Amino acid sequence: MYLRVLFYNFAPEMKIAIVKYNAGNIYSVVHALKRLGVDPVLTDDEQELRSADKVLFPGQGEASQAMGYLRQHGLDKVIRSLTQPVLGICIGQQLMCRHSEEGDTDCLDIFPVDVKKFCPTRHEDKVPHMGWNLLEVKKERMLNEPFSLCTDQTYVYFVHSFYVPVCDFTTAVTNYIQPFSAALHRDNFYATQFHPEKSGAVGEEILRKFLENT
Amino acid sequence: MLAKRIIPCLDVKDGETVKGTNFVNLRSAGDPVELGKAYSEQGADELTFLDITASHEGRKTFTEMVSRVAATVNIPFTVGGGIGELKDVDRLLNAGADKVSINSAALRRPELIDEITHHFGSQVCVVAIDAYKDESGNWTCYLNGGRIPTGRGLFEWAHEAQERGAGEILFTSMNHDGVKAGFANDALRRLSDELSIPIIASGGAGVKEHFRDTFLHGHSDAALAASVFHFGEIPIPELKQYLHANGINVRL
Repeated sequence: MYLRVLFYNFAPEMKIAIVKYNAGNIYSVVHALKRLGVDPVLTDDEQELRSADKVLFPGQGEASQAMGYLRQHGLDKVIRSLTQPVLGICIGQQLMCRHSEEGDTDCLDIFPVDVKKFCPTRHEDKVPHMGWNLLEVKKERMLNEPFSLCTDQTYVYFVHSFYVPVCDFTTAVTNYIQPFSAALHRDNFYATQFHPEKSGAVGEEILRKFLENT
Repeated sequence: MLAKRIIPCLDVKDGETVKGTNFVNLRSAGDPVELGKAYSEQGADELTFLDITASHEGRKTFTEMVSRVAATVNIPFTVGGGIGELKDVDRLLNAGADKVSINSAALRRPELIDEITHHFGSQVCVVAIDAYKDESGNWTCYLNGGRIPTGRGLFEWAHEAQERGAGEILFTSMNHDGVKAGFANDALRRLSDELSIPIIASGGAGVKEHFRDTFLHGHSDAALAASVFHFGEIPIPELKQYLHANGINVRL
């Protein structure tokens, strides 16, 4: 029923940076990384971000306000030009797309796909999509993904009202109202719509794989 | 498909869980952090911690406990009890809670719901409602843990809470609470069918069938319970297997 999480000692010199900006729920990612034995640095400093081995871009928030803040602090150009592995989570994934319907916002355009608002057609499909839903990993893209060890048909935790449609960069799909991108990958950029830091043992495994395998 | 959620609720006083527990292998069964972790490992989908302390000192202890839960537990958790104003919400979310549950303060000053959702988003705001059904079948909302009647009806207050931005409704039937004869499924079904936000059923769980019934007949999105979990009467893995075998979509 549960994946056994092995606690590896990551190389002590491995530097993990978390992008500091005006989004909520960043501390739960800090806690999750600490549980895995790494002590991340929370920063909006360009040099600190560029010199990190891996960068996480998490958070909950509203797209236009978040993009406004990132632009104002020059972080949009920094994130876009990072060359080390980057993992966007929730609003992080949405901000890494081209455009969001939330506040009609131009985003970072790392993934050339547009973020849409959920439009439920049945009463029981409530928005936000909140709770545990199934992750269907796209088998043909499983190699070299941080999700490679995830069992297919596993439950992960979501809280969101906007979604990324399924596209060429989709590595995992979840079905709610319609199939959408639960995870994306392009070059050094990875993203999840769900919250691995709140997804129990499965989520911890996904974060560990990101630290270890990317 | 979105899974139906099972939520154990822990009452906390001065940093310790109040109700006895049947958990073995815990260093301190009264430690809410250890207990929360144990529930999470058993397959609970979320946790709720209710601060039943009245004192200022106890409130500080609760906030420290919230920080320890956030550092230890890897599933979402809600905190409630004694939240009166926005700065309480800010303090608890900063300590690492995912959601806050507000009850009496929202009935006294409904604008609190607007303020919370404006500052932190709808998803963090759970509006808890304690209501009692009288002989003529009318549901009335109560304040202060069911001690003071308000004259406000359950359904109209739930609608107002949703319109003000509440992310979820946690409905406790005072008629059913502690009786262990099942949840208030008729009222839950009406709430669930009329509102467009998730409804959490609370009060009345006694056996596994009660959880099945609230999902099937009450149309609840989640079910919360305390004593049946704390006293080990219904182990969560067994409950989830039972629900799954009865065609209810749960996270296994």
